[in-house]
Amino acid sequence: MCVAERHRGRLASLAIAVVVIAVGVPLWWRTTETYRAWLPVTQINQLAQLQIQLSVEVEVVFSRGTLSTEHQKKIEPTHTRQEEHTVDETTGLSYRYETRYRTATIMEEDALNQPTAAETDRSLHLLSESPCGSVVIYVLPESSTLLPEAVSVYVGQRRTALLRAGRPMRVGVGLKEVLTHLEAQVQQVLQVMSFSHSDITAALSDRVRLDYSSREGLADSMRAFKSSPGYEITFSLLNPDPKSHHLHWDIEAAVQSYVQPLLSKLAPVADFSLDSQILYYAVLGVNPRYDPSLNAYTLNADSLSHVINPVEARLGSSAASSNPVLNFLLYVPDARHSPLYITDHRKDIVVSNAFSSPRWGGIMVYNVNNSSGPGTELPVDINIDMTRVMGVFLAQLRLMLGVQSSAPPPGFLVGPCGPAGLADWELDRLLWSRSVENIATATTTITSLAQLLDQIGNIVINDNIAEQVSAAVASLQLAVGQLESGNLGLAMQYSKEAILQSERAFFDPSLLHLLYFPDDQKFAIYIPLFLPMCVPILLSLLKMAAEARQRRRERQDKKD
Amino acid sequence: MAAHRCNIVVLAFVLCGLTYVFVTADIQDTNNVKDDESGAVDSAPKTNIGASLQSTKTEDQTQATEEERQWEATKAETNPADAPSDNKADHVHDTIQNPDSTPTPPAKDQTQEAAEEERQWEATEVKEADHVPVTMQTPDVPPPTPAKDQFQEELVIRPLHSGDIYASFQFRTLWDTDFLRGSKVSHYRLFPKSLGQVISKFSVRELHISFTQGYWRTMQWGQPFLPSPPGAELWVWFQDTVTDVDGAWKELTNVLSGIFCASLNFIDSTNTVQPSASFKPLGLGNVTDQRFLRYAVLPREIVCTENLTPWKKLLPCGSKAGLAVLMKSEKLFHSSFHSQALHFRPVCQDWKCKSTVWELRQTLNVVFDLHTSGQGKREWSLFKMFSRTLTEACPLASSSKVYVDVTDNPQGELFELSPTTPLLSQAVVLGDRRTYSVYDLTNQATFGQTRSLNMLLRWRAAESGDMLRPLLHGERYVAGYGLQTGEIHTLMYNNHPYRAFPVLLLETVPWYLRLYIHTLTVTSKGRDNKPSYIHYQPSKDRLRPHLLEMLVQMPPNSVTEVTVQFERALLKWTEYTPDPNHGFYVGSSVISALVPSVVAMDTNSTRECPLFSSFFPCKEESSYFMRVYTEPLLVNLPTPDFSMPYNVICLTCTVVAVGYGSLYNLLTRNFQVEEPSPGLAKRLANIIRRLRGVPLL
Repeated sequence: MCVAERHRGRLASLAIAVVVIAVGVPLWWRTTETYRAWLPVTQINQLAQLQIQLSVEVEVVFSRGTLSTEHQKKIEPTHTRQEEHTVDETTGLSYRYETRYRTATIMEEDALNQPTAAETDRSLHLLSESPCGSVVIYVLPESSTLLPEAVSVYVGQRRTALLRAGRPMRVGVGLKEVLTHLEAQVQQVLQVMSFSHSDITAALSDRVRLDYSSREGLADSMRAFKSSPGYEITFSLLNPDPKSHHLHWDIEAAVQSYVQPLLSKLAPVADFSLDSQILYYAVLGVNPRYDPSLNAYTLNADSLSHVINPVEARLGSSAASSNPVLNFLLYVPDARHSPLYITDHRKDIVVSNAFSSPRWGGIMVYNVNNSSGPGTELPVDINIDMTRVMGVFLAQLRLMLGVQSSAPPPGFLVGPCGPAGLADWELDRLLWSRSVENIATATTTITSLAQLLDQIGNIVINDNIAEQVSAAVASLQLAVGQLESGNLGLAMQYSKEAILQSERAFFDPSLLHLLYFPDDQKFAIYIPLFLPMCVPILLSLLKMAAEARQRRRERQDKKD
Repeated sequence: MAAHRCNIVVLAFVLCGLTYVFVTADIQDTNNVKDDESGAVDSAPKTNIGASLQSTKTEDQTQATEEERQWEATKAETNPADAPSDNKADHVHDTIQNPDSTPTPPAKDQTQEAAEEERQWEATEVKEADHVPVTMQTPDVPPPTPAKDQFQEELVIRPLHSGDIYASFQFRTLWDTDFLRGSKVSHYRLFPKSLGQVISKFSVRELHISFTQGYWRTMQWGQPFLPSPPGAELWVWFQDTVTDVDGAWKELTNVLSGIFCASLNFIDSTNTVQPSASFKPLGLGNVTDQRFLRYAVLPREIVCTENLTPWKKLLPCGSKAGLAVLMKSEKLFHSSFHSQALHFRPVCQDWKCKSTVWELRQTLNVVFDLHTSGQGKREWSLFKMFSRTLTEACPLASSSKVYVDVTDNPQGELFELSPTTPLLSQAVVLGDRRTYSVYDLTNQATFGQTRSLNMLLRWRAAESGDMLRPLLHGERYVAGYGLQTGEIHTLMYNNHPYRAFPVLLLETVPWYLRLYIHTLTVTSKGRDNKPSYIHYQPSKDRLRPHLLEMLVQMPPNSVTEVTVQFERALLKWTEYTPDPNHGFYVGSSVISALVPSVVAMDTNSTRECPLFSSFFPCKEESSYFMRVYTEPLLVNLPTPDFSMPYNVICLTCTVVAVGYGSLYNLLTRNFQVEEPSPGLAKRLANIIRRLRGVPLL
């Protein structure tokens, strides 16, 4: 009887334990878990190990007199060269140059016979349109008069360059030598016209910690704005003294004729919106010093850093969008502080009378003629010469957008840029580095989001976030793929989409809802119930296990 | 057998215990569901009522809206500051009056003249601009077309009968642009860029926003020029091209909250309504479909310096010149009433109204309590009020004037104003003909020898005379006791001795006060007063508030009382404010009315006026539009002890654990029959026996 009773007790406690474990624990788990949608983790991890391949199509066209007939026969039409670089342990770069060799057609020969390089460039462009990202190099005979002396390469407005063949190209030299020499020159041209390794590594600054050898290198890298899908450009006219100056600036026409062509050319890079405003009673943050030798007021380069702050408060950051703002201020000093000049570190007057602040914008001081006598009626009407102003602002805008990055190497002649103010190859250069930068930024955003979600288990991942992450990953893969196949325009477009989607996923407010739900509070709620419930179950289970062991030992003893 | 049954019981009990936990965990949600259901049940009959009311009253509704539009038209007329361009607005809407026959008040003539002058001035500017390029060495640059943007500033000072001083600033910027065409480039001259960008991005047609600290005491102070409720009020008419109005509204409130440093981002669907009749567009345009209107009030908003600074930044001269130099926040906020507002609307460009311009009107109203702070002396000056004096007009302003209300002081027997000004102006403001002394700041002579203008007003009489009682005013309070039910009383006073007029009452009540719309009663003079139009939109829990609009005819010299009962809802514990025992605010109700004019009320013919003008009582200024805001309500909701949930969890868990523990013991322990313990004597005997070695008992 006693044994049966004990057996029953054991069964009861076992049943309770089984129910608790089989039903209670899953139920509890199910009802308290946070919703986490599925994320493409493996793909994200693949992206963390980023391998970008950039492919450039190069076409080398030999004009008459640069290649002997036997060479022409022997030369193989295509040639591929690949460079591998390892930037750091997670990022690798490889460049693939697909070179095609051919001789010039008759029409091209005609075009090459134009009197000047610029005209040649124009007529060559009429013949064929080269796709975005590609480069066409025309090899001219050494005796060609198209290029001036001491100039070996002429970079045109489009994606063409004229290259003067070097000395070993004479008859009787082996084809191999000719090509090796040519390749070195072509390489140099490509560095200017499509991308250089330093540009691309600089664009990867979001992923890779770079060591800048010099301070200037750092300053250069920080001047241009970070890549963003859109920019707001604001021109502000600062009139600190509306009582005596009545300023007119024809900003509509100036924007239309100077800025808009450049921006429409840059449309594949980003969206731009333009604004202008006039601010009255806006003063600079420092008092200019009177310089008796110049009979003028001067602002030293050292004090320029203090100029912006008080103006900034009135500029009015753009409330309607979150794109970065490029500010261009035109400051007309009041009568008591004019003329006003900006001096550099050596106390020389800066000719343009303007300065720029990295990743912020530029300021130009515009002095007006204050020769009016005391009899003139205030306010004086002043028309601002927008050609002068826009020249300065355009140069600053190019700097801010990262268009101009390095001076061409010696022997290079860069053709004048067209009405748009931007050559096609400059745009390509920008597209190369911007798409790499976008990819780098988007991958860091996505990987850090995935890492964050992985670390904090409390965050709810809704379906729309998972969708956005997947879309961003897909666009990233597409962008990398397009770069690999050399479709620069599409790569840029996909990289922009990737950046937009990844940012939207990263900054989604729904991620914050349950972010702070610490474990100690959870335990404080669970313990009063779980502790008294689980302790007897555990104890009885232990006891049963001990009894079972003892029984086995007894049985073994019996056997022995 | 018994053991089996026991096992089943145990299983059931354990399941119960476990599910208890999950049930408590989910209890919030189920509560929620229950709330929603009950809400649905509640609201179903209400919707029917509302629908039936609407269907029966459609005729009245159209009538009401028509009337409303007429009121708006007259409203535009009543404001003396309006430039002639507004007259066209009257012309467009006007159905009552013939603008040609109206004797224009002198103030209007003046503003017209000012506009004339302005036009001439711009013309000369062009001529001068022609000469300039020669000196500037830019012969190829054509002279720019003169910008049609305009800026005007104005300050009205009115000594109130209570001894306080009412100062009202108005700044008006006209923006000549067509942002609707969708061009990406926008250029700003006088109009603030930050606001312009927002308006063009969200396709706003009209925007009215006000921040008010304190309550306007109508019975003491009379009518304000621009009424506003305590807290923040925002109402916006969107362009009819906007498809997602709710999305645009949500984003707009967030952006505006950033611009004005206010908590407008707390505006969501639970405090936004679409009034059907009370808020009609004040500018040009004939879209009156309420789908494009959003109205929200935040009665709890505290207004302070951080709201004033961005507001001042929108002025072209900032606070550097002109009337805005007077706005020192330490003085402005040391006052009985402070209200700053911003109104954006399309208006006519000129008399012919061929094209529209956008008008931004920034107003700031302050009531200074000089009587108590003036050490018993009843005198005030600009310096005393603002701790600044005026030295110049804003150079960008086409007109810059200071008006002092001297209506009650025609012979100077009440107070003495210095320096005196020869300029006097008359205007009909809110149905009352007022006389003002005008100081023109664009005229250098105004500033005199000292080059600064510091108006001084010294009271002569100890009594400041009797104030005419405002014809319309409203009050509101909560009645009832306990934390379950209550009653909202809204009192509307018609103080006109013999004229009845209709008023439009708008009440927005948050969802957590569940209105019993069947208890709605409207009584005046002790008799039931049936509203001719009722628009009621029931609330949805956590989604939208109650909206009650009705058109009530108020008999002369009477009080109309509107009562409705409500039940207080229980909130979720996360929905309570950080200080729930302070109470929950209910926004002011809005009374809009077309009020018969005081001038028309003036039937005694002792005044000197031409006989031909005084026979028919119905005059040009026979009635005017007025909006009155009642007090906001502060309602206590049943508030839990916020440590209670944890206490409850602990207590119930302990009870469950104790019950469970004993049951568990009962089920798993072995029970053996124990022999009854021997008595004390027997035990002692046994001990002795053991010592002796004798067998035990």
